[in-house]
Amino acid sequence: MIVAKRKPIDEIKEMLKPYNKILVLGCGSCVAVCMAGGEKEAGLLQTELQMAFQMAGETKQIDTITILRQCDREYIEEVKDKLLQYDAILSIACGVGVQFTAEVMEGGKVLLPGLNTTFMGATISPGTWMERCLGCGDCILDETGGVCPITMCSKSLMNGPCGGHEKGKCEVERTRDCGWVLIYKRLEKLGKLDLLKEIKLPKNYGVVKRPATIIHEAYQPVVIEKEEKKDSKTS
Amino acid sequence: METFEPKILAFCCQFCAYSAADLAGSMRLQYPPNVRIVRLLCTGKVDPLHLLKAFQEGWDGVFVAGCLEGECHFMQGNLHAKQWVNYVKKLLTEIKIEPERLEMFNMSAAMGTKFADTVREMTERIKKLGPSPLRKLEPQIHTDKH
Repeated sequence: MIVAKRKPIDEIKEMLKPYNKILVLGCGSCVAVCMAGGEKEAGLLQTELQMAFQMAGETKQIDTITILRQCDREYIEEVKDKLLQYDAILSIACGVGVQFTAEVMEGGKVLLPGLNTTFMGATISPGTWMERCLGCGDCILDETGGVCPITMCSKSLMNGPCGGHEKGKCEVERTRDCGWVLIYKRLEKLGKLDLLKEIKLPKNYGVVKRPATIIHEAYQPVVIEKEEKKDSKTS
Repeated sequence: METFEPKILAFCCQFCAYSAADLAGSMRLQYPPNVRIVRLLCTGKVDPLHLLKAFQEGWDGVFVAGCLEGECHFMQGNLHAKQWVNYVKKLLTEIKIEPERLEMFNMSAAMGTKFADTVREMTERIKKLGPSPLRKLEPQIHTDKH
């Protein structure tokens, strides 16, 4: 899932300054799971902003709507008419949601980001999320026992560990596990340590062209080929 | 000048603090009548939105009272409540409301005196802090002592 964190309240207040009728638009998918932009967080942010503006003596109307996903056109289309009634929309989806909502609104509405989108990660324990994938476009998890060196190693080394690890911890931050020690331990458990003998070539980060686009084979643009009319009479 | 009587909202777990409040009554203990109690099945049910909305509605102070740590009937409900209380304190700080207006307490059902002391402590604390900046100009809650 995409993990995000709410922006500091002062930054959000600053963004909202010029607007009076504001909608906090929540997203019910990834950011709801990471407790940053779901229905509850939209309610909390709405209440917090209402209180902050009330105390500052400013009268602003702040409402909230949460849709299932801000990265799918149909969910945004459903509330498009409502969104048009506001001066600005504070979207608390990930960066994808903010951009895509703006796109669906055809640039006709001010979209402001309420979150800082941080990474693609997993729920380690309730309330704790950690990055697990950088989206490099060329997965090598088969060679590294299912531990990604690009993500789990602070230096994204292809052939580790480096000399900086100590007691299984990374030199960049001593509290962090060394990704390559994790890989070694995993491969040892799997009995596949021989995989480490192979020197891996530098990673080709050019595999993914930004902005990356994927079109499913079943959804490729259809080219209608016109059959040539055969003149049967001549044969 | 009219003396300030704070409005305090208490979220109490039915297994401990709510029973303690009941016991305080049975013991005929005197404590400030500024508190209104919301009974919860467990303080683990307390939602940050409940706490924040209470302040928005103009309550001067809010406290959550759960079982003693390690004695929650639902294992860790009171510990979660403590974490949420700390989180909401952070949110209050962000918008320049004194975080001391919100507190978490722990007590058992046998601690009627502790409940009375808690209400007294919170009332004194909120009186020192003064009315909530969000207090609405509404009729104050009935505070006549009987």
